[in-house]
Amino acid sequence: MSPAPSSDRLSDFEVVTVTGISRFYGRRRALSKVSLECRTGTMTGLFGPNGAGKSTLLGILSTVIQPSQGVVRYGKRPADEWGDVLRARVGVLGHDLFLYGDLTARENLEFFGRLHGITRITARTDEALSAARLTDRAGDRVAAFSRGLRQRLALERALIHDPRLVLLDEPFTGLDDASTGLLTERLRALRTSGAIIVMATHDFDTADGLVDQAVCLENGRLAPIAAGEGRLRERYRRALDEGLPR
Amino acid sequence: MNVLAAAWLIARKDLRVEWRSRELIYTTLFFAIACVLVFSFAFVREDGRPIENAAAGILWVAIAFSGTLALGRTFERERQAETLRALLLAPVERASIYLGKLLALLALLVGIEVLLVPIVGFLFQAPMLRAPWLLAALVLAGTVGFAVVGTLFAAMLVRAQSRDVLLPVVLYPLTVPVIIAGVRGTGAIFAVEPNLPMAQTWLAMLVSFDVVFLTVALWTFAPVMRD
Repeated sequence: MSPAPSSDRLSDFEVVTVTGISRFYGRRRALSKVSLECRTGTMTGLFGPNGAGKSTLLGILSTVIQPSQGVVRYGKRPADEWGDVLRARVGVLGHDLFLYGDLTARENLEFFGRLHGITRITARTDEALSAARLTDRAGDRVAAFSRGLRQRLALERALIHDPRLVLLDEPFTGLDDASTGLLTERLRALRTSGAIIVMATHDFDTADGLVDQAVCLENGRLAPIAAGEGRLRERYRRALDEGLPR
Repeated sequence: MNVLAAAWLIARKDLRVEWRSRELIYTTLFFAIACVLVFSFAFVREDGRPIENAAAGILWVAIAFSGTLALGRTFERERQAETLRALLLAPVERASIYLGKLLALLALLVGIEVLLVPIVGFLFQAPMLRAPWLLAALVLAGTVGFAVVGTLFAAMLVRAQSRDVLLPVVLYPLTVPVIIAGVRGTGAIFAVEPNLPMAQTWLAMLVSFDVVFLTVALWTFAPVMRD
């Protein structure tokens, strides 16, 4: 008889498995029979032209969009068996930054931290502000921030509850070279800590050498980008030229 | 986190945002007062005496119109930076998001009514102090009923392109029972020969509407917000 799983194992997972998911908006097909597996301590790059279905796939992984067909399993269980607990293990940085412009940086972090049930909220907020290098701007309203500052704050908002699954939609948008470098280091540290990172981006140069597996989406269909010789951008183009599965 | 604690957190955030911008307070209050003033030009005679029994109707029309304005904006804010999606991603029950938005909206509308009701009383010479607690209870219960239905529909329409037009179109027919009970109950207090037992009956009906509408709204909010 196998030992009973601990409560920690019941509220956590080490792999996300997407099996044959499709998503329709009316008669338009956004995703078609997409399958993908992402493991703990890995970073998956999601590439493709605009409108290919990347944001829809991230939305389904984050549980706010329901697939029309197929299933996503977090560990061994699909999302509906997890309930609200699953969302405590998922962090999302969207293309829109999910920040309140009329609140300060600290208030934004504290609000979302409390909503995620963090108890040592002041200490955790200080850590997050420090990680975003915004400690001296903590009391400023977010509406007054540049896109780059908001992007850094939004990333810390997404990570404030130490999620297992981290979903990033264009995380390098609006960042200068120094901030891009810092974000890259942050993502590497997250991966080392055991997070499952899925990142949609058009920034091939930054993603090259950063992602562990790369996949491309076009017209809702997904295909792996073969690991091997050549730059990521070239391998992506080859994957598109060879055609995606019908 | 339990439902009420999360709801309070969301309501407090909404009120803090509103206090900073004061956008809804000013626009809703100005609209409500403008509404009442326009009606006063139409229904107050040149000798300063208003048409009989007009005050109750005008008060509730002003509440409904200004409430609709506030309802549309309260979710528009969540739509602008997609913060509604961030709320939906939080590990809290969907009902707490609904309750939080409802509580903040109620606080705003009640604050506006504290100014609006005396203005209506002054312009239309309504006996505001005849049964002040009963009047307050009627206005509060009616506002709760209106906001309970309105918050649900404002959330449903948040991604609709023509939401500003659709909200009153779907909201007013469903809140007709609330408006009728509010007008009749308030009218029974303001009448030349007041009928306070009748006003209490309308209040009881309003409370019943509130309970039914709130139950249905809490039940339907989660499926409505899916996708």
